[in-house]
Amino acid sequence: MTSNVGRRRFLLTGSLVGAGVLATACTSNSEETGNTNQQSVSTGGDNDKPGTKVTIGFSAPAADHGWIAAIAKNAEAQAKQYSDVDFKPVEPTNDINQQISAVESLIAQKVGALVILPNDGQQLNQVARKAMDAGIPVVNLDRVFPDKLSYRTWVGGDNYGMGVAAGHYIGKKLKDKGVAKPVILEIQGIATLPLTQDRSKGFADALKTYGFEVTAQQDAQFTVESGNEVAGNLLQAHKKIDALWNHDDDQGVGVLAAIKQANRNEFFMVGGAGSANAMREIKNGGVLEATVTYSPSMASSAIKLARLIAQGKGMADLVEKQVPQSITLASETITKDNVDQYLPLGFES
Amino acid sequence: MNDTRTLSAEPAGKAPAPASSRSVRGLGGARHLGLVAALVLLAIVGLVTQPDNFATSSNLVSVLALAATIGVITVGMTFVIIGGGIDLSVGAIMALASVWATTVATQSYGPVVMALCAILVGAGAGALNGFLISYGRMVPFIATLAMMVAAGGLAQRMSDRRTQLVRPENDAIMALSTTKVLGLPLLVYIFAAVVAAGWVLLNRTTFGRRTFAVGGNPEAARLAGIDVRRHTMLLYTLSGVCCGIAAILIMARTTTGSSTHGNLYELDAIAAVIIGGTLLTGGRGTIIGSILGLLIFTVITNLFILNGLNTSDQLIAKGLIIVAAVLLQRRSLRSSS
Repeated sequence: MTSNVGRRRFLLTGSLVGAGVLATACTSNSEETGNTNQQSVSTGGDNDKPGTKVTIGFSAPAADHGWIAAIAKNAEAQAKQYSDVDFKPVEPTNDINQQISAVESLIAQKVGALVILPNDGQQLNQVARKAMDAGIPVVNLDRVFPDKLSYRTWVGGDNYGMGVAAGHYIGKKLKDKGVAKPVILEIQGIATLPLTQDRSKGFADALKTYGFEVTAQQDAQFTVESGNEVAGNLLQAHKKIDALWNHDDDQGVGVLAAIKQANRNEFFMVGGAGSANAMREIKNGGVLEATVTYSPSMASSAIKLARLIAQGKGMADLVEKQVPQSITLASETITKDNVDQYLPLGFES
Repeated sequence: MNDTRTLSAEPAGKAPAPASSRSVRGLGGARHLGLVAALVLLAIVGLVTQPDNFATSSNLVSVLALAATIGVITVGMTFVIIGGGIDLSVGAIMALASVWATTVATQSYGPVVMALCAILVGAGAGALNGFLISYGRMVPFIATLAMMVAAGGLAQRMSDRRTQLVRPENDAIMALSTTKVLGLPLLVYIFAAVVAAGWVLLNRTTFGRRTFAVGGNPEAARLAGIDVRRHTMLLYTLSGVCCGIAAILIMARTTTGSSTHGNLYELDAIAAVIIGGTLLTGGRGTIIGSILGLLIFTVITNLFILNGLNTSDQLIAKGLIIVAAVLLQRRSLRSSS
């Protein structure tokens, strides 16, 4: 009974706040409605309470890769947790043109905020800018728009940091073992992407602090099959390997299959991204010892941020009254010791 | 005009022949020599640059295992191209077959059903290609392009764009790549068996002779009493079956079924067939040539990775080889006529 009363009170206050805010929202733009809510920020930690009704538009590339599939799923799941969020995803597409017109349709619907993971930041910059000019705050997810006027807040992963995390894990472990001139291999994703180059640079820089360097580097295509082919050949080229970093857990499935087929186990491997499958491999204990995250949970965070921005709130743990302009997530290293903690966050590839 | 072409096309598989066809056979042999020479050259490059790694048995096994998947597809593609067609949908059909065979429902029936499923899906998609082309009178390029797009889409839809792992209880599929007989993984034997069967079918059966006839001059073939439509349909079905077998091999190698499998395989297979001396206009070609062409590509990839060179240079090299092969092909054609 008591819980029932509590729930009723909670709902009542929620709807009262909502009604009051709605009244102001009808007459003015979001900037002023922020005033009513700022008090709740100062009390801290209750940002999840229902506030102004917000419509959040969401656009992302087509999910032909486990990571991007997880992005769309996480965004939707997060939005569903809020009674005050009306989630409006548009059809995911890999066609730049289609994504532009999808975002345009969201602008025309006058959504309260936009979360956009562009196919290409450069090419969607203009339409994001159009949204901002129309007074719709844009939360830019991961692939950054070159023009700061095109987004209110950027949230994304740290590709360089991912390389650094992998480099430190491998470097430290080999140093502790006392390996003099280790053979360290690197299997990249699509080599032409800036994110791949950032990852490789971070990896090389971190290894350098231990006096190590990458022995050989090859690129795959983020697909299982390309990972399998490249790893199959690399294992032939190097009869004795000490460590291997593979940039992407999806293609990692193919890399692991190649290692198994070649019957090799004299080295250890580190993955990237943090897929559920990689975590299970780490838990089972095998060649794959660790993976460095580039977590699609960032989509959940982006929805949270878009809601806060539209409601004019800040982040409870920060002193500032508004959401920061940019948030770079740290790349976390998952090993056998902490894998249980991360398993719920892992995405199915 | 019609008569001479029929003459040279029909008996190409048989031994006795008028002068024109004998010279064609001789040329085929010479071109194979060229391909073998190219392979030997690559092997020498490998021996010089990577004396410790190239000529090892494990590297040779690795090259053959890598070649197996596209190799099986290449056999089907050779038939289609000799028959005067083209199949752009091979990669997508393979992806679809691998996805269909790894769905939860299919996997619950065990590895044998998975393999049958892959082959049936391939055969079905191939037969549909053939039906559209022969009875629907669609241009092969268009019909198989449509299949490529649609099969890719269906594969994505079925898998929900996820990579589907082969479940541990079905590891008999994976055993194809991990079990070795006389040092070679089973999938290499499957590859060899498909090549052998393809060679016999093309060179020692009526089906093979009809394929040359249909590709060389469909009108003359029809007048000679061959059911060209039915034969065309069979050719595309055969290519589909090869894609299904390739899907089993890719599942064995990668332990997964995925809509991303087979990306651009159609181009690799077509390139191998052309390097192997098969005419894109149909009516002439060999299985052995196609396989040699494919091995050249695979060895180049292997050499580049052994030497730590990057992918871009590898692509340039492959492009140059295609151009060189076609130029040589044209020269030898001119000298023969």
